[in-house]
Amino acid sequence: MNKLVVKERFARLLMYLSITVVLILVASIIWTVFKRGFRSLSWEMVSSLPGGGFYIGKSGGFLNAIVGSLYIVLASTAIGLIISIPVVFFLNVYLKSKSKLAYVARLAFDVLFGIPSIVYGAFAFTLMIYLGLRTSLLGGIIVETLLIIPILIRSMDEVAKNFPRDLLDASFSLGATRWETMGVVMRQIAPGIATATLLSVGRSIGDAAGVMFTAGFSDTIPTSLSQQTATLPLSIFFQLSAPQAEVQNRAYAAAVVLTIIVLIISLLGRFITNRFSKHKLR
Amino acid sequence: MRKFILRKFFANDNNEAFVPDAKFKHPDVAPELTVDHFNLSIEGSPILKDVSVTIPANKITCIIGPSGCGKSTLLKSLNRLSDTIEGVKTTGDIRIGDTSIANCSMSDLVELRRRIGLVPQRPTPLPMSIYGNIAYGCKIHGVSSRRELRKIVRHYLKVVGLWDEVKDRLTSPATKLSIGQQQRLCLARSLAVEPEFILADEATSALDPVSSKIVEDLFVKLKEQYSIVMVTHTLRQALRIADYVIFIYMGEVIEVGDAQQVFKNPKNELTQKYLSGAIS
Amino acid sequence: MSNLRIIKDRTASGAMRTVTIVALAFVLVMGWGLYRKSAPILSEIPLWDLLTDSTWQPFKNKFGFFPFVMGTIWVTVIAVIIALPLSLFTAVFLTEYSRRFVRKIVYPALDILASLPSVIYGVWGTLVVVPWISDKLAPYFVSFSTGYTTLAAGIVLSIMILPLLVSLFVELFTSVSNELRDSSYALGATRWQTAQSVVLRKSLPGVFASVVLAISRALGETIAVLMVCGNLPAVPHSVFDSCYPIPALIANNYGEMLSLPMYESALMFAALLLFVVVLVFNLASRLVLRKIEQK
Repeated sequence: MNKLVVKERFARLLMYLSITVVLILVASIIWTVFKRGFRSLSWEMVSSLPGGGFYIGKSGGFLNAIVGSLYIVLASTAIGLIISIPVVFFLNVYLKSKSKLAYVARLAFDVLFGIPSIVYGAFAFTLMIYLGLRTSLLGGIIVETLLIIPILIRSMDEVAKNFPRDLLDASFSLGATRWETMGVVMRQIAPGIATATLLSVGRSIGDAAGVMFTAGFSDTIPTSLSQQTATLPLSIFFQLSAPQAEVQNRAYAAAVVLTIIVLIISLLGRFITNRFSKHKLR
Repeated sequence: MRKFILRKFFANDNNEAFVPDAKFKHPDVAPELTVDHFNLSIEGSPILKDVSVTIPANKITCIIGPSGCGKSTLLKSLNRLSDTIEGVKTTGDIRIGDTSIANCSMSDLVELRRRIGLVPQRPTPLPMSIYGNIAYGCKIHGVSSRRELRKIVRHYLKVVGLWDEVKDRLTSPATKLSIGQQQRLCLARSLAVEPEFILADEATSALDPVSSKIVEDLFVKLKEQYSIVMVTHTLRQALRIADYVIFIYMGEVIEVGDAQQVFKNPKNELTQKYLSGAIS
Repeated sequence: MSNLRIIKDRTASGAMRTVTIVALAFVLVMGWGLYRKSAPILSEIPLWDLLTDSTWQPFKNKFGFFPFVMGTIWVTVIAVIIALPLSLFTAVFLTEYSRRFVRKIVYPALDILASLPSVIYGVWGTLVVVPWISDKLAPYFVSFSTGYTTLAAGIVLSIMILPLLVSLFVELFTSVSNELRDSSYALGATRWQTAQSVVLRKSLPGVFASVVLAISRALGETIAVLMVCGNLPAVPHSVFDSCYPIPALIANNYGEMLSLPMYESALMFAALLLFVVVLVFNLASRLVLRKIEQK
């Protein structure tokens, strides 16, 4: 009997330990990034372009990276949604739940979800060469779109799967076609769409390996789709490897900005799943 | 803004007679629903076997039978919602008047479904406002005038006795209503596209006794203009309101007839057993 | 009127089917594209030699992937060794033991871990893990280490796969029915005994599949690993050696690769290798997890 109690205690100890380690790790990451970054973060950093060339410049900030990331994320999320919402709708309303196509499609999106972004990057790069495109804003948008489509589809699909069949029946029995029912479905899974969007924004704003090949880098804000563009993660990565302390400081400041953006997105996601269910069937 | 316009419109609530949109005109003679040697199987196992019945117009027809006997499936077949069931196969025919339901094209189907409304087992308010719920069907079927839509919404909310309860919050989500109110809203929603038949799948089973009574009374009132088909689990409810009864057992129609006759003098032994509570 | 509506419905159906199938075909196109690009090097050097040769001198046309393969394996194994017990205990605690307020802290924390970008982990790795290894840990074992080591990469990677593992485990454990637990308690088992012999045993295949899934995630991690692993193209012999995993190889050389056709082909082969391994791991684990879900 005693042995059992000892075992139980020991297991519990290990669990408390694990939880503590996890919490300490989270705290350590946030603390480190913030402590190092806030030291060098200033208004000038986020509002100006790097002065006098990227690697050597001592003054200036990383506005180019912020704007570049924003361009890529907004465009790819918009295109991604346009493609993935119909797919989700098709999988859940047009196809019956035991359909072979739906099964294969879900599996394929799961697999695509798991493919590393560096592979996406490499593939998109060869595709761009084949199409005669150079590294550019457009390239970055393309690769990020490809990257987030599986995320969007799978996470919206999880919500759409629990869509009450009765609601479909109600709409059909009023004489609506499947297409006309789309409005109803969209409203019902709106929170799901929102969280999926946030998830993919978070993923694409933090992705470096994909844009490395495809979007390139530049010290200025791109004015057309064919120009190269900087992104936040890459600007952190490149500037950190520079020898000058000033340039490295820019990297740490950029890391804080990126972390804050991602944290806000994550909090927002939690908030939406908890609150935003105005029309949900009880 | 929208809220304001709605309120303003509904404020001068005159009592002019309501005339449904011309698109939704009922035929002069109310049609009957005919089920003709209808078979339905799901993934090979038969659910309905050679069902042949005629459902009369302007009456309340109750489909009774033990659970799992195929009542709900029959009801769903009547407006072809059975299509959405996995692995379903049907033979035979179902007709409204002379028009086939079971074997019609997609384009006829949407019109037929308009003519046959459905009140579901649990209320299913669409994820929109109260106003939007009722206007939804009409919009789909091409009523676009706002003026017209408002008239329709007001009229049908009055028909189901919901108007006074909700007239000040037409733009609030329908899900905020109580379950009983939601069910009446669903009824109003199907009435708004002017169906000739109303199918009700145990429409009161999820409701509290008071709301249940209200809905039941509504059905009795509505049978002057509509033909009503109900699936019900509670025999007492069938006794109260049925004019015509269909008893189904194991996917087969055992007995059909006027409520009085079936309840007082059931011909079939199985019906007797069911009514006496020996099988349920 | 009604016909137009049907036409709309049909058109939409066709369009959506096409989009779905195109998206599906994308997996195949990707594999095929990478294969096409890596065909030149595969026709020159046999696959087995590519994987087992350890000389990497692109400008002398020598492409041995062995150091990179080993680097990837080392880093991944270390990550799993660290992350597995942590995530198992955390998940068991969350599902079997915890009170509400603990979950209220732990879940958001895991959310944050899951949402942080790779590059932030890299920053944290260079600021915290690398100095810790070179100043504190390594001196006990070896005479000198820069800190940019296989171990550092493994640690950073383990934290990155932690939230994925925990969420998969929690899902598995909660799907074990409460009646099963109750019958174990009713026989007089302690909580840990129940967790161990009922919950864990019942979800063992799932745990295994989850680990495989996490490995496939770890294999592709690029930037964070690249920032702390040291990038030395040699087979690591201890955890305090530098290493050079495959994703880092691709990322580091993308600029130069266009100068030599064979170099480009070699890097595309690396991408193909990654693609195939991840694909197989992913497919296998997803299939197993799906089977479990259906039960």
